[in-house]
Amino acid sequence: MDALLALPPMYYVAMVAKVLVAFVFVLLTVAYATYAERKVIGFMQVRLGPMRTGPYGLLQPIADGLKLFFKEEIIPKQASTFAFLVAPLIALVPAFISFAVIPFGGNIEVFGYTIPLQIASVYDPQVGKVLDLNVGVLYILGMASLGVYGIVLAGWASNSKYSLLGGLRASAQMISYELAAGLAIVSIFLMSGSLSLNQIVADQAGAFGVAGWYLFRNPFTFLAGIIFFICSIAEINRTPFDLPEAETELVSGFCTEYSSMKYAMFFMAEYANMVTVCAVTTTLFLGGWQGPAFLPGWVWFVAKVYFLIFCCMWIRATYPRYRYDQLMRLGWKVFLPITLVNVVATALWVMVVG
Amino acid sequence: METLFFTIVAAVAVLSSILVITCKNPINSALSLVMTFFCLATFYVMLDAQFMAAIQVIVYAGAIMVLVVFVIMLLNIRSETGKRSNHAVAVSSILAFLVLFEACYFLFRSTPAKEGMGPLTSSVIEQVGHTELIGKAMYSEFLLPFEITSLLLLVAIIGAVVLSKKKI
Repeated sequence: MDALLALPPMYYVAMVAKVLVAFVFVLLTVAYATYAERKVIGFMQVRLGPMRTGPYGLLQPIADGLKLFFKEEIIPKQASTFAFLVAPLIALVPAFISFAVIPFGGNIEVFGYTIPLQIASVYDPQVGKVLDLNVGVLYILGMASLGVYGIVLAGWASNSKYSLLGGLRASAQMISYELAAGLAIVSIFLMSGSLSLNQIVADQAGAFGVAGWYLFRNPFTFLAGIIFFICSIAEINRTPFDLPEAETELVSGFCTEYSSMKYAMFFMAEYANMVTVCAVTTTLFLGGWQGPAFLPGWVWFVAKVYFLIFCCMWIRATYPRYRYDQLMRLGWKVFLPITLVNVVATALWVMVVG
Repeated sequence: METLFFTIVAAVAVLSSILVITCKNPINSALSLVMTFFCLATFYVMLDAQFMAAIQVIVYAGAIMVLVVFVIMLLNIRSETGKRSNHAVAVSSILAFLVLFEACYFLFRSTPAKEGMGPLTSSVIEQVGHTELIGKAMYSEFLLPFEITSLLLLVAIIGAVVLSKKKI
């Protein structure tokens, strides 16, 4: 901590700049992900999607935001006020702060000072390498598990049966799929021998290009990558696992009683979670910001993340919703055993093939 | 700087742990407990133990407290009802006081650690890595306690299944 004061002033400038740029970029991505989702699903269903606001409906997210901003705040009389007010915040904040440990580009040099493009990291000129949080992946898992509180509380505090059912469904689902997702990551740890995301990305470099990615290293990490992505989609409550907010049976679940900006916060949390999950998948399985050198690293990172976000929307447009017991069976009886066996198999592969 | 930061986090920790026992609403108590766990995790980070901090957040704040909140929600205890104190409260407060007394006794009896640090200084932790150090210690030096703990957990799982399933 005392070492923090001994750092050059460029460190503080770079840190503030990184936080601002990453935060604004994620916020914009979240806003336009809602637009992109409506457009993509529209095209897939042979519709046009939003067209009225601005050219090609490009101003739609801003119009939506303004509408929600000026709506009346309603707090139900029977709700427990404190939990009701605090729940959207608890849902939103963990979704954003997971970005602190994700490396979104290589090192850049500004006025002779090397800046790693990862918020929670610093370049040490004496050792000549980047120091970052050496439990980065666990940090992301921890933040994801805190996000559950927002939804549980929203469901409970609204004091409505639909909300409570939605909240219970959501949290049970998130806890179950967190297990399988965590176990899927273990095979990555076995390959990389490190929990630091910076190290994991560096390990996926190499002359092979795509073959260096963990997804294509061996059959078991491929399986782990697929399962991790599916579990992540289940964890952030998206279709085909969006039972917590099933409109047809639960009138949108845990956020039934919410209105105005608080509803918008849940909505933003959902999309921010989607962006985070895609960024984590990119970092762990798709080589992070690594790519051919004719484009800078962050362009590759953004391209990969946007491709995965597109996949999420594609899945939403394709599959119908699961039934609740099917969902639980898939999590506990299919994914959990597969990932457990997968961990052992990856360990054997690392031991035999190396 | 470090002292200032410690003071702020410690103040939040103390405040939230007081709230755990003074809140009328059990859900708010549980939330304050989560806050306390979070402050503890911050202390671990300040002691160069990032792995412990992450595990503290994942296991205690993330998993165990979610289950506690679940139970409170499903039992639907809205807020404190009934008598404020009874014999159980009296007995447990006496017990708590005894534990506090014991803690203070050992605290004042102990002598400060002798000059110089042990083998695990923060520079060693930075070089080798905190996770690696814990892993090595757990799977070599403390293997027997680790295995006994895993057996205990297995027994607990089997017990839970036996209790909850009517027909096995």
